[in-house]
Amino acid sequence: MSEARDIILGRICASLSENGKAGGDEARHEEVEKRLRGHPQGVVPHPADAKQAVVDRFIDKAQAAGATVEKAKQGDVAKAVSAFLRDHNLPQQLRVGADERLEQITWQSRGAPELLSGPSDGNDLSGLSHAFAGAGETGTLVLTSGPDNPTTINFLPENHIVVVDAQDIEFDYEAIWTRLRHKAGAGKMPRTVNLITGPSRSADIEQTLIMGAHGPVRLHIIVVTG
Amino acid sequence: MVEITSPHFKENAVEALSDENLQKAMRHLRGNFTAKRAAAAAALPEFEALRDNARDIKNHVLTHLDLYLEAYEERVTAQGGKVHWAADAQEARNIVLDICRKADAKTVTKGKSMISEEIDLNAFLERNGITPVETDLGEYIIQLRGEHPSHIIAPAVHLNIDQVREDFRRAHSHLPPDRAMKEPESLLREARGILRKKFLSADVGITGANFLVAETGTSVIVTNEGNGDLTQILPKVHVVIASIEKIVPTLEDMSQIVRVLARSATGQEMSVYTTLSTGPRRKEDPDGPEEFHVVLLDNGRSSMIGTEFQDMLRCIRCGACMNHCPVYQAVGGHAYGWVYSGPMGAVLTPTLIGVDKAGHLPNASTFCGRCEEVCPMHIPLPKMMRSWREREFERHLSPVSYRSNLKLWAWFAKRPALYRPLAGLAMRSLSLMGGRRGRFSALPMAGSWTKDRDLPAPQGGTFISQWRNKRGRT
Ligand code: SF4
Repeated sequence: MSEARDIILGRICASLSENGKAGGDEARHEEVEKRLRGHPQGVVPHPADAKQAVVDRFIDKAQAAGATVEKAKQGDVAKAVSAFLRDHNLPQQLRVGADERLEQITWQSRGAPELLSGPSDGNDLSGLSHAFAGAGETGTLVLTSGPDNPTTINFLPENHIVVVDAQDIEFDYEAIWTRLRHKAGAGKMPRTVNLITGPSRSADIEQTLIMGAHGPVRLHIIVVTG
Repeated sequence: MVEITSPHFKENAVEALSDENLQKAMRHLRGNFTAKRAAAAAALPEFEALRDNARDIKNHVLTHLDLYLEAYEERVTAQGGKVHWAADAQEARNIVLDICRKADAKTVTKGKSMISEEIDLNAFLERNGITPVETDLGEYIIQLRGEHPSHIIAPAVHLNIDQVREDFRRAHSHLPPDRAMKEPESLLREARGILRKKFLSADVGITGANFLVAETGTSVIVTNEGNGDLTQILPKVHVVIASIEKIVPTLEDMSQIVRVLARSATGQEMSVYTTLSTGPRRKEDPDGPEEFHVVLLDNGRSSMIGTEFQDMLRCIRCGACMNHCPVYQAVGGHAYGWVYSGPMGAVLTPTLIGVDKAGHLPNASTFCGRCEEVCPMHIPLPKMMRSWREREFERHLSPVSYRSNLKLWAWFAKRPALYRPLAGLAMRSLSLMGGRRGRFSALPMAGSWTKDRDLPAPQGGTFISQWRNKRGRT
């Protein structure tokens, strides 16, 4: 172990014990263990409402954060994606990962977007992802890295279209952590978890808010309702 | 090294007050952040309960910090990352350089990090032949100017758009001179284009961290631009530099503090990007860094534990205290003379660089109490500034005339009922009591301060009375 490590941990312990706080080493260990294992919830803003209310709240909040949102039935996702590209005069071309739920989209035979698979190299105008979850509390999307939804798609293309299942929209972040632990295993995480609330922006010039900084300029969310 | 000019706070402040560009720029800060924070806090009924819990979580962490740091390290290592410990700035710089050299790095992109400023990383990398590129728009602008951030979340808040335009003209000389540059949108677009190339070609990406989650070995950045994400997913090496007090136990604990962070900082309910990074890319991942390093910096913090300044380690760098500080609003961040400014800087700077070097920073206050009122972590900033002031006095670091005035000031300060009306109505008689008027002008509430502070906004009255009036409205 490094010298600096011993110095730092030693100093912390010395500072704590001087103040009688480091006493009962076992008790301290136990308390830390308990918290890490039990991950107690603190103040959670609202009890989760009925699912429908949560989805509506998610849509309101995401729009307030500058995203565009539409609801679609599973069978209409292809149409919604194509319409978004057309409405913004974008080429019918999408960067997309290997997410099964995206692969199941049945594109119209005519004028279907060209799908480029794999991570983005910065040359894509539009990308398509599937969210792991949504948080109604603040209209936040939760995306996890991996071959299904490469993280570069979340940031490099100027236009980011994200599909989220209505049933995956929870009210609070805490409910999402529970699901994530279930998926990744306790104490483990995917390489990257992105919580995304609206398109990128900057207010660094005279505190004037400008949409579209280094990440996507447009964020379009399609909530799949069944 | 960053030149430390904190001992010249008074001279810096006088200069700042007569700097027209600065005063023009600072007008955008006043009111903007404060109104937005007030609205965001009011819109969340649980805001106060969350603040209390956020404070309690950090207090718990600080009294178990050794154990949480060990747990964090264990989780990072288990998921393929490496934790490096740095007792001071020099060690941290060397660790980063070493990582860069091993990666054969020429260019390093950087997300916004105050720790990087604290250890003066950019100059060090440059001296060693590595080009650091700041990618946050504000940081990019001040890097072009060879300056340092004047605000912990709005680094270029001291500049106005005309200055930025000139900098871009100078730095981006390869672009057509007649290009559109009038609107801030076109300037942002220009920076986006230039930085995009840097993101894609960088060898190492360095970010800070808002949180380190012990439960999962995760580091968390909270941003709006997306630059931090491009910094950390594109190069083959991702280095996180973070100070030891950034630890939170669990994802739930992080969520508690996240809920008060953006609301206090920019008045957003949630920043655009809250990104959780754990280890390097996995075997099956098609993107992300191949190496993941965390540099844990102490730099004096472990010695703050158990002292009267321990509470300062709860700070989440939201900037609310500076946004609401009448002194900061008047003089901007550079007058404070080192990396951290505003009330949090006035407390933190002496602990990090020494009270001898931080000079009279803790005097840069009107003790209006607004900073503590808005601090999401309930940090008793005025009390700690007073502690520094007393220590400074005891250590006889103040010049003699200054000390005698300070004694008088302390007498008044401890009697707010007397002090406030006196300061408001009888500045003149106060200075008479202080002896020669000129001597009293070194004091924070003295005439020269109030006079200059009132120049841009001549409502009259003292800071405190102005605040009292404003408070009714915000
Ligand atoms: S001291 Fe409080 S208000 Fe100031 S930056 Fe830190 S957390 Fe925010």
